[in-house]
Amino acid sequence: MPTVRLSFTAAPAHVRTARLVGVAVARRAGVSPDLFDEIRLAIGEACSRAVALHRQHGLSDLVDVALTDGETFTVRVTDRAPIEAALGPAVPDLADPVAPRPGEDRPGSDLWDGTSRPVDDRTPTDPQVEEAEEAVAVGMRLALLAGLVDQITVRPAESGPGTEVVMSWPAAGRVNGVPG
Amino acid sequence: MELSVSTRAVASYTVLEVAGEIDVYTAPQLRERLIALVEGGARYVVVDLSGVEFLDSTGLGVLVGALKRLRGVNGELRLVCAHERLLKIFRITGLDRVFALYDTVATATAGSAG
Repeated sequence: MPTVRLSFTAAPAHVRTARLVGVAVARRAGVSPDLFDEIRLAIGEACSRAVALHRQHGLSDLVDVALTDGETFTVRVTDRAPIEAALGPAVPDLADPVAPRPGEDRPGSDLWDGTSRPVDDRTPTDPQVEEAEEAVAVGMRLALLAGLVDQITVRPAESGPGTEVVMSWPAAGRVNGVPG
Repeated sequence: MELSVSTRAVASYTVLEVAGEIDVYTAPQLRERLIALVEGGARYVVVDLSGVEFLDSTGLGVLVGALKRLRGVNGELRLVCAHERLLKIFRITGLDRVFALYDTVATATAGSAG
């Protein structure tokens, strides 16, 4: 049963609100303060992902964040984007998406994942620039979520269209059932 | 105040001092400032992240964009970042091997690129 629920329109400004609320609830749930930084970042990334999906698909639906307190502190972020679109970027090959390949002597040279033109073809005001940076951000987002959160699941939403990202952390307030 | 950005010159470098939170909401401001710098002729740019309390994937995307933009004009981008909280983000994403990271503005503007 969610302790706190928060719904917001897919505006980037609200992602910060979700982070602040998330950490406040984690604190109350007895989560170790050592974990607050990664919880803040993970909630931000999961919400940014949902906001990006809603904006890509022109959805006016609200992004839903459910924060549940118990033996673990669980965060569920639900988007309403078409499932096939959402699962594409949500379940990628997470193996170090930007790591320079062995033998590569210009480590920044293939961050675009082969999907866009070399940067030299563009003027700085080219709208493609923003799009390409967003593509990099998507890769970073997935690397961060995978690298930061031990307990993370991305699955179809419980009801209706969309996906949910479910993450949990030990709630240190409980002596029993706290995973190592 | 969510993000503040100011510039100053140190030797041949343009130092962009960033403070606050770089996230999906504020990153466009940073992008605009970086693009304006390069358009204005800056080639050796140091982004000082010492005052940054929060950095997310969108911010990383903007920094990668600036790196590529500067390399495209034979320029250079260096980052000043000493906080473990931020360094961890660069390590997890593998970007610690992409960016030239320095502890202080003094070392970033003095030494040669890492």
